[in-house]
Amino acid sequence: MSTTDVTDLTFEAEVLRSDVPVVVDFWAPWCGPCRLVSPVLDELSEEYAGRVKIVKVNADENPGLSEDFKVQSIPFIAFFTRGEMENSLVGARPKAVLKEAVEELLAAADA
Amino acid sequence: MTEPAVQPSASDVRDLVVVGSGPAGYTAAIYAARAGLAPVVVAGSVTAGGALMNTTEVENFPGFPDGIQGPELMDSMQKQAEKFGAEVLWDDATSLDLTGDVKVVTTGNGDVFRARAVILATGSAYRELGLADEKRLSGRGVSWCATCDGFFFRDQDILVVGGGDSAVEEATFLTRFGRSVTIVHRRDELRASKIMADRAAADPKISFAWNSEVVAIHGEEKVTGVTLRDTVTGGTREVGAGGLFVAIGHVPRSDLLLGQVDLDESGYVAVVGRSTRTNLTGVFACGDLVDHTYRQAITAAGSGCAAALDAQHFLASLTDVVDPVVPGEALVPAALVEEEL
Repeated sequence: MSTTDVTDLTFEAEVLRSDVPVVVDFWAPWCGPCRLVSPVLDELSEEYAGRVKIVKVNADENPGLSEDFKVQSIPFIAFFTRGEMENSLVGARPKAVLKEAVEELLAAADA
Repeated sequence: MTEPAVQPSASDVRDLVVVGSGPAGYTAAIYAARAGLAPVVVAGSVTAGGALMNTTEVENFPGFPDGIQGPELMDSMQKQAEKFGAEVLWDDATSLDLTGDVKVVTTGNGDVFRARAVILATGSAYRELGLADEKRLSGRGVSWCATCDGFFFRDQDILVVGGGDSAVEEATFLTRFGRSVTIVHRRDELRASKIMADRAAADPKISFAWNSEVVAIHGEEKVTGVTLRDTVTGGTREVGAGGLFVAIGHVPRSDLLLGQVDLDESGYVAVVGRSTRTNLTGVFACGDLVDHTYRQAITAAGSGCAAALDAQHFLASLTDVVDPVVPGEALVPAALVEEEL
């Protein structure tokens, strides 16, 4: 399962009303560190297929969402379950850190 | 650290590991790979590509008359190194044992690499203010990179800390987005070059807080303001701001080297003369990790090239090396190395 692009228009349906927990990657084409995170999230998307959905938001094209979630630096990775943002990470992080955050998200979703 | 499941064999001792992956590390890898040394490049999990990953247009790298995006340039360097047989890992070196004949580099994922030579090219990091809430609000209003984060500060009041060229450059760039930009500087005049200082002084959106230093950062979810202290009178005042950009220089990433590799008083790796040799045999250093002065992509690339040549020379000189695990491991023939030079 690969990552999908989400916009201001589809965010509610894809993220807030998702049946499974969602990881949202805010990125932009001009953002160097985003290029480091993106392939790692693609891998996690495969590893957690069916259990966690991983989507991307182009911050350039969706300023409303960036504003809603107070994004001030990218990559900004937000973790959602049942329509609520549980956690967020700013800046490129190693895979181990992202994986741990996904595990925490799953735990929160089960709680 | 996790030990590899399989006992090390002869093939586990390789010729060269490069730690770091900016222009210095990748250039070293290109030269070493072309010389047949099949280097492993421990590129960094989040720092791969180095400082240029945080830039946009690079206009002064020779060979690109129309400019090139920093990340694109680094992707190209990586591909060029891989093309000749370098193995690039997006992982961090977490410990280094560089004192023996066989150097040991351990990574965050628990991989252990043994090599006869190591090139250090870990570059430098942004200098931090050293304030209590700086880390917590990093990426939430506190930033070290205007080109990365400036976009998110549209119509806000922005502070830039520093007085050098990079502070003025950041401030000038941020006027595209911010409602106001204030340069906060400890002295009463900029250290920046005259042309940059004049440009800032003439910009209607830029103002100055002279003789001022940031002593506290405020905000819960995001930055809302700072406390400034007057460096002359000692008086403090509160200033509201949505963004705080820190541009007070760099520090070399030499933490892992402490106690093994000789560093100078500022923490940069000390090298012998014009070479890239460190105090340890078989250990070479290049790029911003050794450079106080120039700090350019092209000078880093140049010193990465020198490090690869120095390492090749060193490896060629190891004629009677005894492999500690399985004797008789073949070295790259000296003739090949000479040819590539």
